[in-house]
Amino acid sequence: MTTCRRPLAIALTGCSLAFGVGISVYATSVFAQQEERPDAALNMLVHEPPSMEDLENSDIHPELKSVIRYGHDLFTNTQQLRGENVFNDMNCSSCHLGEGRVPFSAPVWAAAITLPDFRGKNQHVNNLEERIAGCFAYSMNGVPPAYGSDEMLALSAYHQWLATGAPMYPDKPIYGRGFPAPDEPEQAPDYARGETAYQENCAICHQQDGSGHYENGEYVFPPPWGDGSNNWGAGIVRVDTMAGFIYQNMPLGQPRSLSAQDTWDIAYYITSQERPQDPRYNGDVAETAEQFGPTFHKRSLYGQTREHDDHVLGDHDNFGEKGDIKPWNVGMPRFENLPGE
Amino acid sequence: MNQKCLSRFGLLMGISLVTGGALAQQGDAERGQAAAATCIACHQADGSGMNVPNGESWPRLAGLNGDYIAKQLHDFKAGQRQNATMVTFANMLDDQQIADVAEYYSQMPLTPGNGGDEADEALLARGQQLAERGDWNAYIVSCQSCHGPGGMGVGSTFPGVASQHAGYISAQLTAWKNETRSNDPQDLMGAIAKRMSDNDIQAVSAWYATQPGSEAQETAQ
Ligand code: HEC
Ligand code: HEC
Ligand code: HEC
Ligand code: HEC
Repeated sequence: MTTCRRPLAIALTGCSLAFGVGISVYATSVFAQQEERPDAALNMLVHEPPSMEDLENSDIHPELKSVIRYGHDLFTNTQQLRGENVFNDMNCSSCHLGEGRVPFSAPVWAAAITLPDFRGKNQHVNNLEERIAGCFAYSMNGVPPAYGSDEMLALSAYHQWLATGAPMYPDKPIYGRGFPAPDEPEQAPDYARGETAYQENCAICHQQDGSGHYENGEYVFPPPWGDGSNNWGAGIVRVDTMAGFIYQNMPLGQPRSLSAQDTWDIAYYITSQERPQDPRYNGDVAETAEQFGPTFHKRSLYGQTREHDDHVLGDHDNFGEKGDIKPWNVGMPRFENLPGE
Repeated sequence: MNQKCLSRFGLLMGISLVTGGALAQQGDAERGQAAAATCIACHQADGSGMNVPNGESWPRLAGLNGDYIAKQLHDFKAGQRQNATMVTFANMLDDQQIADVAEYYSQMPLTPGNGGDEADEALLARGQQLAERGDWNAYIVSCQSCHGPGGMGVGSTFPGVASQHAGYISAQLTAWKNETRSNDPQDLMGAIAKRMSDNDIQAVSAWYATQPGSEAQETAQ
């Protein structure tokens, strides 16, 4: 058991499977009490967001309740904005599992207590709405709803309500934030090994060709690559972020069950596949990769040549279903007239 | 080791989602009807099975995915799925007959699930929650994220569970929890069932027994 880096993983599944310990786990919460966990010693902020049942039982204004409910609905069924704001086969909850609440699945309430703040990706101070808009433009390969619109307000209300009780601008790191990757494995990530491991562990749901699966036109399994997936500008195309997502969340229902080697191999394989063009593309993949290298693409394979077939990743002008519609928030200038420090 | 074998099989099943038949062997419904003569005693002539409150329920087979049915019969024969009642009857079938009865039952119209009607409102509400949203505090992923919208099934890998008998659903979940059923690919079902309390199992079984199992059945109701 000592090989489990995170004690929580034991309670969850991965390790109990691997070690064949048939412990019963249903009593355990993923937000287990702070004092039960050694990482409390690490002095982190542990927050258990309220659930939708808590919302129904709370005594906040009924109008606010229904707006939060709408925000939750948009978050878990973002496909209702298909063709307007969403141009791929995803929901927000395709990547932020468990309705955006679960630790190590980039729980979204963290943004509500840490923003406004400077963001490296776009080099200026962002608020919560702008952060949400970012996931629309890249992860949803879409066009964000306008700032202040009903959809934007409802989504941000949902994020903020999830943060209920957590301190604003916390002075401690947030437990379970983001998609932390496992340590880099012994052998450098490998495409062929990744392909084999993907076919063994993932294709049953996401399909051999990564196209995901719709049943009678309804969302079931999202596509990890291809036209229906996120575009080249989305955070999850960074190999380490993909590795973190996979390790912490996949195969569905079995978090932290893959080895670090399998995880990184699969992440490398998936991020070596094609997907819709980065909306920041200027017509030349090498230039775009260089321009956004320091802030983003240095961690992705965008613009690089795939070894086995000499294909240059991202060298195309396929923007997916949204065609030549430009997300209005990408490259939008902010605070240009403020004097520098 | 066991894990490895399961994931190999997972690969097979993955392909089957696309091609619609990894265990492909053409079945014939008419021959299937003849071969199913011995099955009627339990699964009934219309494939509806029976909910048996204090005993072993017989699952509805009508309208289940054909490849899923065939896989189960092969699993019974190979000892990968264990059930004293069923193994006798599975053993009577050769590969061709398995394909035939699978085809036969898969073509039958769905019949209603029983055993959920007496559940109280709170139990049904919990069941609906588990089915549609899961309970992530205990890392119970929603049933529909694998069994599809309405629990109506996805391809040949994820069988429809809506409109199945409550007694059968709860028996299967309990079997996975106690590791007496483990023929699922990649432990996908077992990992979830092990996190469920007995109350959760009762709740979701009652909920699905009361739900339509196909869009046709939904409009008919
Ligand atoms: C394709 C996967 C994907 C989808 C779909 C997606 N996101 Fe994200 N999201 C990410 C990644 C990756 C991050 C960055 C995590 C990190 O910090 O490493 C992120 C971060 C966030 C954050 C900031 C979290 C923090 O810790 O500050 C918010 C808020 C957010 N997303 C909201 C949304 C919303 C709202 C949607 C739907 C409109 C959405 N996301 C859809 C992948 C996705
Ligand atoms: C049992 C089915 C299942 C298996 C097996 C599975 N996934 Fe997923 N995966 C899902 C579902 C469902 C989601 C979306 C979560 C949601 O909607 O609740 C998802 C989301 C994802 C995403 C984010 C969305 C996207 O499409 O990019 C990635 C990446 C991903 N899975 C990769 C993997 C990898 C890699 C494996 C194998 C190690 C794997 N999955 C195994 C069902 C599965
Ligand atoms: C004496 C009663 C009985 C007879 C006769 C019988 N079965 Fe069954 N069958 C059962 C029971 C009980 C189960 C549930 C087994 C379990 O709990 O694992 C079952 C399960 C099944 C399943 C699995 C269904 C699922 O949803 O996974 C299939 C398929 C099946 N039977 C087919 C047949 C066929 C075909 C025949 C005739 C050749 C037959 N059965 C005869 C009692 C019977
Ligand atoms: C991660 C994917 C996954 C999730 C989530 C999941 N299941 Fe399953 N389930 C499966 C697979 C795969 C099978 C088929 C096993 C086999 O091939 O024998 C299955 C089989 C079943 C069966 C047996 C059906 C039959 O006819 O014998 C029942 C009942 C069932 N699931 C109920 C549920 C319920 C209830 C939930 C929610 C609490 C749930 N499942 C969640 C993957 C899943």
